[in-house]
Amino acid sequence: MANWVIRSRTIVHHLHKKMGSLGILNLSSWNSTSNSFHSSSPTMPLGDNHGRPHAIFGDSATHFAVRRFKSTEAERESDAEYINQDGGDQALDFPGGKVEFTSEMNFITESADKRVPCYRVLDDNGEVIVSNNFVQVRKEVAIKMYSDMVTLQMMDNIFYEAQRQGRISFYLTTLGEEAINIGSAAALSADDLVLPQYREPGALLWRGFTLQEFANQCLGNKEDKGKARQMPIHYVSKKHNYFAVSSPIATQLPQAVGAAYSLKMEGKNACVATYIGDGGTSEGDFHAAMNFAAVLEAPIIFICRNNGWAISTPIEEQFRSDGIVVRGRAYGIRSIRVDGSDALAVLSAIRTAREMAISEQRPILVEALAYRVGHHSTSDDSTKYRSVNEIEYWKTARNPVNRFRKWIERNGWWCDKDETEHRSSVKKQLLQAIQIAEKTEKPSIEGLFSDVYDHLPSNLQEQEEQLRETIRSHPKDYPSDVPV
Amino acid sequence: MATSSLRRLRFGRLGCWVPRREFSTCDDKVVVQQNGKSMNLYSAINQALHIALETDPRAYVFGEDVGFGGVFRCTTGLADRFGKSRVFNTPLCEQGIVGFGIGLAAMGNRAIAEIQFADYIFPAFDQIVNEAAKFRYRSGNQFNCGGLTIRTPYGAVGHGGHYHSQSPEAFFCHVPGIKVIIPRSPQQAKGLLLSCIRDPNPVVFFEPKWLYRLAVEEVPEHDYMLPLSEAEVIREGRDITLVGWGAQLSIMEQACLDAEKEGISCELIDLKTLIPWDKETVEASVRKTGRLLISHEAPVTGGFGAEISASIVERCFLRLEAPVARVCGLDTPFPLVFEPFYMPTKNKILDAIKSTVNY
Repeated sequence: MANWVIRSRTIVHHLHKKMGSLGILNLSSWNSTSNSFHSSSPTMPLGDNHGRPHAIFGDSATHFAVRRFKSTEAERESDAEYINQDGGDQALDFPGGKVEFTSEMNFITESADKRVPCYRVLDDNGEVIVSNNFVQVRKEVAIKMYSDMVTLQMMDNIFYEAQRQGRISFYLTTLGEEAINIGSAAALSADDLVLPQYREPGALLWRGFTLQEFANQCLGNKEDKGKARQMPIHYVSKKHNYFAVSSPIATQLPQAVGAAYSLKMEGKNACVATYIGDGGTSEGDFHAAMNFAAVLEAPIIFICRNNGWAISTPIEEQFRSDGIVVRGRAYGIRSIRVDGSDALAVLSAIRTAREMAISEQRPILVEALAYRVGHHSTSDDSTKYRSVNEIEYWKTARNPVNRFRKWIERNGWWCDKDETEHRSSVKKQLLQAIQIAEKTEKPSIEGLFSDVYDHLPSNLQEQEEQLRETIRSHPKDYPSDVPV
Repeated sequence: MATSSLRRLRFGRLGCWVPRREFSTCDDKVVVQQNGKSMNLYSAINQALHIALETDPRAYVFGEDVGFGGVFRCTTGLADRFGKSRVFNTPLCEQGIVGFGIGLAAMGNRAIAEIQFADYIFPAFDQIVNEAAKFRYRSGNQFNCGGLTIRTPYGAVGHGGHYHSQSPEAFFCHVPGIKVIIPRSPQQAKGLLLSCIRDPNPVVFFEPKWLYRLAVEEVPEHDYMLPLSEAEVIREGRDITLVGWGAQLSIMEQACLDAEKEGISCELIDLKTLIPWDKETVEASVRKTGRLLISHEAPVTGGFGAEISASIVERCFLRLEAPVARVCGLDTPFPLVFEPFYMPTKNKILDAIKSTVNY
């Protein structure tokens, strides 16, 4: 019977704990002389194998493995010598780099004395508070940023009302986070991929997804690019490099790392931007993605919208750290905290993050602080768990759209007349978009079965035939607006 | 930090019960038997991975410890040959591996992910079920992660206990959008794995770890693929149809041989692809024999045998001459010392064959 080489997590843990102060595992207890040890299972030295040549397998591997096992003691000695050569007891030569010794028993504090400050460019009155430490924005770009923020806000208000009237089944607003949406989108290039959570439709709007397309998705008609298969606000657009919104939280993050790794391997001058909320950072996928991105050196920007609330759970009940930004260092990821109600600050930080991500092929973490002014979704009433005053304060005093407007008005790029014209035009477009979307047919029944696989397997063919038969027998059981 | 050496445990020393385990083989018409070389199952997998990486510069192999060759040696030599940017270790995190693989595949790459043991695939369950399986459907076919293949060793090994022995295939058979494939032998493993890697749908490929070294047969050296969703009659018979997959087929084959000595002619079918599965081949066989027995290592309740049984009863009710028999694992966690009692062994199958035929 051949030997089975199998991992045991328990044993790993145990051995990790037992690792001696020299950081060398004594392998002799593994019965190195046993002839049942399989020749093709060489044991790698404990350590970073990236910097060292790999063991060569085949016949020589046998010798390597056996020698390795027999020479454990000898290796321990030679490693000890190595430490002594380089300054003796001052440093521990541990995989991953030298660690200095200290005689002081200092526990690292759980948090810094001061919270990580929040980078901003514009003050509450829309005045630039720093002179040069931000990305200059041309007039056209600034106007598009502002117009899109207003459009996003208006789309939210009108679609929200449409849901309340029963015309849309569900909706979720971005109110309060317009600057994160548009500022981050403006910082990226069209080739950059976006893997969204779900509160970032502004990034899609910025890229040219039309109000009609938004309406088509929310109404679930046959013009919806996602073929009316997902709940409202689950947008997707390949043309705009915008991956499909998926309801499960944080699942997009490790996928974003995979996509970024592909860009890296193709040598593309592009990166991946992926979004997550504060609640999402508690998911395992957040950890997985941060760690993978750091280790695999993927060009990716993690944009965390810390809006204070995960449905009804406030951040004090979500984590004990100083927000999200401090987690970057634990993973070896450069990070910044930014005022999420300041579109210029968001744009500046993410534009700079993008340059670093691409030129240095590394992940960057951006934590943007803003506030979820709306309810979590149309299924939620947030006044049940937070004060109306708090909401009102963020909606008025810290309104990101108003702040940006003050800035462009101060620059002489925008006036009341522009505002009125823009709002009236957008309102008209939105009402029209909903009307058209409502009138547009639903997709036909074949869309229920297609795209599960690239081809329809026989079980689905059979089920489709059966279903059509049932519809013929009981047509009244089924919605009449879905073509059969 | 490479801790691969720590995670390996030689099971030979723990096992006290080492049953005889054969493996099932048979000529496949698709395979041209030329330049064949005798090799075991892990080497056949390794060869398939070499071919996959060689023939597609956008193919990647990654997972825990794959860089040095993997704990079962399936990825031996790949990093040296194709470089560490295409064959690489990942952090120890299954949901990260599969999530990463989905993203890589969505960009048009062949993402070949390894989950070190099927017992450890569950942290990745959400990524497989909610993400990979729905990636094409939910995007209206604008995006897909069809290039994703998740390889993972499954099944009993004689001494693996709870967490190195399970057969979790049925969980994945409940998920429209993915394919589930299990090979029975080296030759099958190579051809099916290449098909899975090149299939435009996400696949979970379960490898029978008991057979990694034990199963040896002639495997053609060239690049060949075996069709998915096609079952194969590997032994023809008249009296009863037996359906199984992976390592269990070898046990079933032994039962067939013993039954033959008692004058019972058994037809044995390798399902190979569990979803979407080839009902027609099984149905045709049961129409001929009038009897059906399904056997798998996974617990009987809710196992994929239940699905086969229900489907065949639907289609062949009047032709059946006896209840469908299921010889499977017990509804207990996979045991250590009690493994010989838990397993759907040859004699359990033989008894079920006889009682079904004599019903």
